[in-house]
Parts: sequence; C-alpha cells; structure tokens
Amino acid sequence: MKGKLYLLRVLQYAFLLSCFILAVFPFFWMVVGATNTAVDIIKGKISFGNELIPNLNRLFSDYDVTGIFWNSCKISLLTVLGQLLFSSMAGYGFELFSSKTRERIYGVVLLTMMVPFAALMIPLFRLIVSFNLLDNHAGLILTSLVSVFLVFFFRQSFKSFPKEIIQAARVDGAGEFRIFCSIVVPAMKATYAAAAIYAFMTSWNSYMWPLIVLQSNEQKTMQLLISTLSSAYFPEYGVIMTAIIISTLPMICIFFSLQKHFIHGITGSLKQ
Amino acid sequence: MAEKLPPLTLSSLDKKRRKVSFNNRYGWFFISFCLILLALFMLYPIISSLIMSTFSSRGMISRYVGLGNYKRLLHDTVFLQALKNTLLFFIIQMPIMLFLALMIATLLNNKAIKFRGVFRTGIFLPAVTSLVTYATLFKMMFSLEGFVNRFLMTTHLISDPIPWLVDPFWARITVMIALTWRWTGYNMVFYLSGLQNIPDELYEAAKIDGANALQQLGRITVPLLKPIILFTAVTSTIGTLQLFDEPTSFASGGVTAATIGPGNSLLTMSVYIYNLCFKYMPNFGYAATVAYVIVILVAILAFVQFKLAGDRR
Repeated sequence: MKGKLYLLRVLQYAFLLSCFILAVFPFFWMVVGATNTAVDIIKGKISFGNELIPNLNRLFSDYDVTGIFWNSCKISLLTVLGQLLFSSMAGYGFELFSSKTRERIYGVVLLTMMVPFAALMIPLFRLIVSFNLLDNHAGLILTSLVSVFLVFFFRQSFKSFPKEIIQAARVDGAGEFRIFCSIVVPAMKATYAAAAIYAFMTSWNSYMWPLIVLQSNEQKTMQLLISTLSSAYFPEYGVIMTAIIISTLPMICIFFSLQKHFIHGITGSLKQ
Repeated sequence: MAEKLPPLTLSSLDKKRRKVSFNNRYGWFFISFCLILLALFMLYPIISSLIMSTFSSRGMISRYVGLGNYKRLLHDTVFLQALKNTLLFFIIQMPIMLFLALMIATLLNNKAIKFRGVFRTGIFLPAVTSLVTYATLFKMMFSLEGFVNRFLMTTHLISDPIPWLVDPFWARITVMIALTWRWTGYNMVFYLSGLQNIPDELYEAAKIDGANALQQLGRITVPLLKPIILFTAVTSTIGTLQLFDEPTSFASGGVTAATIGPGNSLLTMSVYIYNLCFKYMPNFGYAATVAYVIVILVAILAFVQFKLAGDRR
C-alpha cells in the first residue's frame, strides 16, 4: 500500500514537472535565441551566445521601437482605465440597484458575449471610418472602453460585498457615487487587480483589430511590429526574439506583481 | 383598526415608490456609460451586420439578395473547408486542453504536493504571451530544421524530420499543440479557484468510503465544478470558433490571397471573413453572412453544452 502511494506520488510529480518544463521551455528558448544569430537559432543551439547587443542594435536602428512600445503602453493603459471604470460601475449598478428592466438589459448584454468579433468587425470598421478615426489610436481605444466579460466579472464579485457597509454609509449621508469610489472600490482591490490583469492582457496582446485600424508605421503596436518582422522574406530570428522579449516583459512584470490578487480576485468572483 | 389602515398602506406605498425611484435614478446612472458605449460599439454593429448579410456587394455596387448569401454558403467549397478546419480544432483540441487543465488543477489542489506555487506560476505563464508572440516562437521551433525536429532526432524518437508546417495534417497538429500550450494554464486557474471552494472534508469522507482518485474526480470534482467547467467550455468554444491570430501567424508567408497554410489546412472561418473583406474584392455582405454562421454555431454549441450540464444533474 505504501509502495503504491509512493509510486503514485512519483508519477504525479513527473507529470507536473513535464507540464512545467513544456510550459516554461519556450520562454527559456526565447531568451537564449535573443543572444544568438539567426543561423545559430535555426541550427537549434540552446546555449547562450553573445549576439544580444548586436541584435538589439539592429532592432532599434531598423525600427522605431521606443515609439512603438510607447504606442502599445498608451493604448493599453487608457483601455484598462476605461474598462475598469465603466465595467465596474455597470457591474455595481446591475447588482445593487436591480430592477426588472435592468435585469432584462443585463441578459441582453451577456448575450452579446457570444457574438464573435469577426461579426462586428466590418460595421465597426465603417464606424471608425465615418468618425475619421482610421489609423488613429483613439479609434482603437474608444471601441474597447467596455468589456462585457468584465461587467459580468465585476457583478459576480460585488455579490459578495457586504451590503450593510453601504447601508451604514448611506445613513451617514454619503452620496451614492462617493460610496462607490471611496468605500466599494478600495475594498475590492483584489477584484480590480484581477480585472486589470485581464484587461491589460487582452489589450496589450490584441492583434486583429489593431491590424485593421492602424495602417501607418508610426501608429503600430508591438504585436504588429512582431508580425511584420516575422513575415519578412528572410526573417532575422535573433532580432525577432529581442522584439518578442521586449513585448512580453511588461506582461510578465505585471503578472508577477499582481499574481496574488489575480488568484484571489478570480476566486472571489466564482464564489457565487 | 379600520381607521388606521389607509394611512399606513399609503405611506408604505409611498416609501416603496420613493425607493423604486431612488433605485432607478442610481441604477441608470451607474450603468449608463456602459450602455451608451455598448449600444454604439456592440449593438449597432450587430444589427448593422445582420442587415448587411442580406446584401451582396462587389466593391461599390451592392444589391439586396435576402437569404441568397446563406444559400450561397452551401455551395462555397472554400467556406466548407473553413468550417471543417474550425470544427476540427473544436472537436479535437478543446477537450484535450480542458481535460489536461482539470488534471493539473486537481493535482495542484492536493496539499500533499510540494512546490505548488512554482508549478502553478510556470504552467500559467504561457497565458501572458500574446498570440502573435507565441505563434512566431512556435513557428521557429517547429520549422523543418528547427529545434523540435532536431531534439526528436537526436533522442532517436524519429528518424526523419516531421514536416510540421508544410504538410496539411501536421500543420493542424502544430497549431493544436500551440493552442494547448497557450490556453491550458489559463483554464487551469479557473478550475483551481473553483476547487478551492470545495471543502476538503468531502474528499476525506470519500477516501474513508474507499473511493479511488478516479472516482473522486468523477463523483466529487466534476459535479461540483460543473458551473466552472461549463464556463470554460463556453468561452473556449467562442475562442475556438473565432480562431484567427494563430492560423494567420503560422501559415508560412502570412495570409495570401488564395490559400492559408498548406492546402488551405489553416483556413478558419474568421480568416475567411478577413480575406473576404480585405484580401479579395471586398464583399462585406457575404463576409457578414459567414460571421453570422459563427454566431449561430456558437449559440447552438453553447446551448448543447448548457443542456448537457443540466441533464447530468
């Protein structure tokens, strides 16, 4: 019995470890690749080389990486702020001030999650053109200021918020918007952190919609830069790897700094 | 008694009415911004493309065809190919990924396992990479002379290099491997947070009753996680049917006018829509029709999944 249990443990660890290695290896390979030449990468070399500086030099001299990186940051930050504010307000409104009409509207809002982006793409594209926002970051940000998924996520999380606190604040004479801003938001930090990670991830990583809206080189985002680099006739693998690292780094930093909240936030929203 | 009743009911009615108007005022205030944005960037496009799908256009000229576009789909071999490719990903890749995610999550929920935090972080890490990034990485790793083939050949698992990206069959496999790599950890986190809400006593009681690990999974974990499994299944269905970024990045040379991937093996419905709008002579009406096929398929599949989850209870 004991031997059997021991064997099971070993198997479990082996399974987890192989999953872990498979998951992490491409990251390692990406870092190694950034320090090697294209030829070495093709050859499958997996030890560190000393080409990192030349690769970086070539990337920065051929493309306006700082500008492109700034574009991505600007778009993502504004989108995240908008999504957090509008989606959490909506989730709060639906949850705390429910009425029959609003419940029905909520149902319709949730249904729109099923509609694929491809179905909205063409009318949205026309809308952007008619607003004169083609090739403009505002067009990208404006269309993604609300996330239906986040409305749902926030509403689920607000369900576990103690209503007595809100009632007490009302008795003390606080206005509804003030209650929301200075009592509810600070208390739901974990939820906001999880939502922020989600929103930043989707915005930073989005590809199809920026590909359609942004057309000139100055407006490009990191994702578009990478796809341009890798679809070249003779792809410079080392240079691509450095670009990939630069574009992945912010995500990894944000994830590691907010990781604790992320798991807590998801757990909080799933409790109901 | 009779004298006191009328004022009482009146005042309580009045109170109720005041409460309703208070509720309404703030309820509408809090959701108004969201509703305005959704109406403009969600509802309007949805209705607009539904109308558009009844028109057929060639460049500037468009004419009303009613359900003609939908009939045309049935004879469009390119569309049928796209449908087949998309459904292949749905049928094969999605169940494998969700099952794997559930396996890892149950293991990581076991308190006897050490280094759970490290495993969890590592396995989730792929979920932070962008679609373009990981597609590019995998394209390099899976190239004919790339790392994966070299590794498999030096360990003598294969004798000839596998044509990962050039053969229609293997190209699909590669995209499936990549998709599984990217999304397993993401789904695992949802299962993990769901599992944390299941009390340990249930498992202990099951152990005392002599249930093995598989029985515990089938009798406790899956039934109690059902809402979350349903959630991940529906979101994955939506994601799979909308598959766009991966195929475009994987297909060598990107999207060309005629084909994508070897023998059109990576042509998914979303890619077809993109081609119809931006690569061929634009036919927005027909593209909108294909988009609505996705909507209908998602609705049907989600409905089936809800039914399946409900019936097992």
